[in-house]
This record gives sequence, C-alpha cells and structure tokens, in this order.
Amino acid sequence: MIDENEFVRLLENEFEDVEEGSLKPDSSYREIPNFSSMYALIIIAFIDNEFDVLLTGEDLRSTETIADLYAIIQKKLNK
Amino acid sequence: MAFLKVENIKLEGLAACVPQNIERTKDYAHISKEEQKIFTFGTGIEERRVAPKHICTSDMCYAAAKQLFKDTNTRPEEIDVLLFVSQSPDYFLPATSIILQERLGCSKQTMAFDINLGCSGYVYGLSVLSNLMNMPHFRKGLLLCGDKSSFSPSYTDKSTYPLFGDAGTATIISKDEKASPMFFNLQSDGKGWESIIIRGGGTRFPYSAETTKKKQVAPGIERADCNLELDGMEVFNFSLREVKPNVLKLLEFADVDINNVDYFVMHQANKLMNESVRKKMKIPIEKVPYSIHKFGNTSSASIPMTMVTGIKDELSSKKNKVLLSGFGVGYSWGTALLDIENLVISELIEIE
Repeated sequence: MIDENEFVRLLENEFEDVEEGSLKPDSSYREIPNFSSMYALIIIAFIDNEFDVLLTGEDLRSTETIADLYAIIQKKLNK
Repeated sequence: MAFLKVENIKLEGLAACVPQNIERTKDYAHISKEEQKIFTFGTGIEERRVAPKHICTSDMCYAAAKQLFKDTNTRPEEIDVLLFVSQSPDYFLPATSIILQERLGCSKQTMAFDINLGCSGYVYGLSVLSNLMNMPHFRKGLLLCGDKSSFSPSYTDKSTYPLFGDAGTATIISKDEKASPMFFNLQSDGKGWESIIIRGGGTRFPYSAETTKKKQVAPGIERADCNLELDGMEVFNFSLREVKPNVLKLLEFADVDINNVDYFVMHQANKLMNESVRKKMKIPIEKVPYSIHKFGNTSSASIPMTMVTGIKDELSSKKNKVLLSGFGVGYSWGTALLDIENLVISELIEIE
C-alpha cells in the first residue's frame, strides 16, 4: 500500500479547490474549504476506487484527520 | 435467488413525458454559489423538470401512453395488462392504474394494478409484466413508470430538494416468438428501509399538524416528517457495494460476456455514484448514457428517460444488447439484460 504522504497527495487531487501541498496527514479533512457532504461522497468513491475498501457513514463519522482515514483503510485491508 | 429468464417477449415501444417547467441548480437560493458548483460537480445535475400543482405522475404517464399508442399503431383495447409503477399515486386508493385504464380507453378485460417501487421500479415492472405476458391469451402489456418526486422534498433541505426531477414513461411489450430471452436478477434489503423515506402521512404516522412541522435537522437541512428524507452517504455506500455484484451475477446467469453488452443504462442517481460503479466494472464511458444533467434523478422513470433522451437513434435503428440497472429506495435493486431491436421511441413529450 502507498505511504501516508502519497495518500494525502492523491486525496488532494480529488478536490477542485485544494492546492497541492496544502494538506498534511494531521489536517482535518472537514476543514477543507467549502467541505460538504458531497466531499464525503468523493472521499468514499476515491477510497473504494483506489483501495477497493468501502467506507460506511459510520466509518467517516469516526474520523477527523486524513491520517485517521489512512488508518481505517489499513485496518480494513488487514482484516 | 431471484434470477429470471423470460422468453417470447419483446420491447415494442417507449415514450417519456416531462413537465415543461425547468428548475436550475444555479437558481436554488437555499445554498451558496459555491455549494451549487460542488453540487453540480458531484451529482451532474444542472437542471430538472418540476411539475406544477395540477400535473401528477399519472398525467405524465397518460400523455406518454397516448403518444406511444399513436406511434406504434396500438389500439387501447389491445392492452391485456396495465401496470403502473410509482411512489406518487393520485390517491391512497383506488390504484392509479385503474384510473388510467379507463382514461386511456383500455377495455374492462384489462388486468390493471400498481406496484410501489422507486429507483428499481422499471426493472421490477418489466420483470413482472413480461412474465405475466407469457400467459397464453395475452398479447400486449403496458408498463407506466414514473414519479412526481417533487411533491415531497422540503425546499430548505439541501440534501433532497435539488436532486429530483419529475417524469412519466410508457413502455409497450408484446408477444413475439422470435424474441431473444430477457434475463433479470432482482434483490431486496430491508435493512436500508430508513435510508430513503417519507415518515409521515402513511398509516404508521398519519398526516397531522405534527407531521408538517418543520425541524432543523442539520445545517442546511430543515424539513418535516411529511417530507422526503435521504441519507446520501448510506445510499452511496449501498450502491457501490451492491450494483456491481448484481450485474456480474446476471451476466453469468445469462452466459453473456460483459464486453458484448452494447449499452449499460443505469438509474440516474448521482453522477459520481454512477461513474464510480462504471469504473469499478471497467465499462467504457461511451456505453453509459446519462440524462441526470438535464433531468435530475427521475426515480423509476430514469432508465426509460435515459433511453429516450440519450440513445434513441441507436435503439431504434439496430439490434443492441442492453443492460438496465435500477437501485435505491427500499433498498431494492435489480438488473435486466435484453436484446432491443427496432424499438419504436417517441420524441420526448413536454406538457404544461
């Protein structure tokens, strides 16, 4: 699996208004400018497409930072 | 396992009707310009049709059926079975199909009934009607499918209001011993019953002053119990989880290679969702038509609407292997695989 920094870069590419290098692993993804429920769907779609891991609404509610997302993917992949 | 194979039945004609009135995402004043942009980027929806008070689902289906009778040279008396699939009937009772039987001039010999399903409705309706049509004396069946979804969302609920468009469709199927078989794979999961729901107004919570009282549920989401409620994230998760295996199992059952399918017509839920499903199955984009950008999510009408507005010329000229996939409220979902040849398709009808 790709490392955490690579994951942050890939996630940045998914959002229209996010500049490259502006997000860090400990950034709260909900604080991305104009974050909305549509962004949550974009995150679910991206993770499903990239890792074949399907996050639930509950999974997302339990996360805050991009590192949390990365950790939950790793956990699900190792199951 | 609800795998079905139906022989001797073909799709003969298809028509769709929408109201003239257009509502555009960029005019939805309940959300900011920035939110409008993100909404259209994700869902694909630029505009949709919204029926005025006096137009119901049955009126749109009626107009579609009238035009289709004309374009296929069908007399109303020839219809043996009339099936109305909708979640926006004219009344609690009687069934809307029976009102339409009389209004369309179909005979008293017609078998007419309703099915209450949404996004999966076209596939379910087609499976039920085509199976019935295999009765020895049946010749023609009329499937009326659609919704006036705009009757239920609250204007101040950004998670539902800008998503849904109104449409009604009519499909004629008929007996043809030379027709290739149709295949279906139908599924249900009541665990998701609360993900898309109108809580108030049924017999569980009858309509009252209480059910119309608006409450702030989340930022940008204010609605009453008689309004539509949608858990977008759960529905998104459900669709990514279930659609692909349902489609692949049907192809296996029918013994058809995915590359030999000419068109994949999916329920128009949300562009991001449909594109994710498409990419998961590695289907080229030119095989997946869309109508969501101009008409929004049109519930059970979305599959026929997409055929009429997206691939009309292709379906009416040559033989195509077409896969239809509907998924959503219930949860209920299903896929149909059929050969479509020389289908009569009416021009999109608009009423005011």
